[in-house]
Amino acid sequence: MSFINYSSREINCKIVYYGPGLCGKTTNLSFIFKKTNPEHRGKMISLATETERTLFFDFLPLSLGDIKGFKTRFHLYTVPGQIFYDASRKLILKGVDGIVFVADSQIERMDANIESFENMKVNLNEQGYDLAAIPYVIQYNKRDLANVAPVAELKKVLNGNGVPDFEAVAAAGSGVFETLKAIVKLVLIELKKGT
Amino acid sequence: MPTSSLVMFEEEFKQITAVIDRLLKEANAKVVFLVDKDGQLIAASGETGDMDTTSLASLTAGNIAATGGLAKLIGEKEFSILFHEGEKDNLHISIVGQRVILVVIFDQRSSLGLVRLRVKKANDELNAILQKLLQRVEKKPAAQENLLAEITDSDIDKLFH
Ligand SMILES: Nc1nc2c(ncn2[C@@H]2O[C@H](COP(=O)(O)OP(=O)(O)OP(=O)(O)O)[C@@H](O)[C@H]2O)c(=O)[nH]1
Ligand SMILES: [Mg+2]
Repeated sequence: MSFINYSSREINCKIVYYGPGLCGKTTNLSFIFKKTNPEHRGKMISLATETERTLFFDFLPLSLGDIKGFKTRFHLYTVPGQIFYDASRKLILKGVDGIVFVADSQIERMDANIESFENMKVNLNEQGYDLAAIPYVIQYNKRDLANVAPVAELKKVLNGNGVPDFEAVAAAGSGVFETLKAIVKLVLIELKKGT
Repeated sequence: MPTSSLVMFEEEFKQITAVIDRLLKEANAKVVFLVDKDGQLIAASGETGDMDTTSLASLTAGNIAATGGLAKLIGEKEFSILFHEGEKDNLHISIVGQRVILVVIFDQRSSLGLVRLRVKKANDELNAILQKLLQRVEKKPAAQENLLAEITDSDIDKLFH
């Protein structure tokens, strides 16, 4: 749920990175953090396990500049992808304005992608949201690996709705900002339409 | 969507800030801030200078969300007050009107009893302001539509330059 403050002239929006365990959600945020001018971002907070798996969420606040005299701020969150953290995933989805679904392109993670995508729909429904009504984009990550499924295959399975989708190697940064830019755009367009 | 966007105008911001400024003084607190349940900072008062209020807001919301989840598991609706005691500073967190979170940071110059008492009063005042704000948001302000309707594609593209 966006927050528009006429007094401080700010528009605040929440974007959630969703996807199966180890697909690269945290890596996306880390890269954005690394490549963004410190003036335009706050601290990145990672509530993670000893082994750097996300335990509750990662959080990265970005301020992208002005629109019509309003500062635009985007709060990026990742969910924990591991299946047993479902309760936490539901909490992070609350108040979401846009979603990046990060898929792991490796053939052996195909089932995990589908399961996570279905889980996302269920969790959204529980909050009274409908995926069809929420701005979202898809990222096919880890394209650098040898054992990846063809993009056409991933599209067929995950992108029946034909939303904007991107190939990425988040570990090296490629595709990361394209994905971010696309979701920011969709969120602002949705805001413009009015809720 | 279950909730529409929260839109706050100058006047409401002033009213809210007046309440938390007064709470800060009356409770002898170091910092008071108000956070949306989604983790967005609404207003802050006190010695916030070198404090990372954005992170504080996000973690507070995460904290409330997690304890809210715990509450449901044991059959409670929510825990409306949380208290964290530190060596020097303490954190008093309470929920206002089910929608926003009021956080008070205080040290030995104050006490839990005093903070509780003052928070109770501020809570009622904030709740009244918020209810009005939410009613207005539901009716959709003309001003918001104007602002957003003027956003163009090129405005959005420029954000990334
Ligand atoms: N080869 C390759 N490895 C990647 C890529 N992106 C991320 N990784 C690696 O995949 C592992 C998991 O990445 P994370 O970003 O922690 O995954 P996550 O989705 O946050 O995982 P959870 O927090 O458990 O949900 C790390 O070792 C990353 O370095 C990529 O594009 N290519
Ligand atoms: Mg992670």
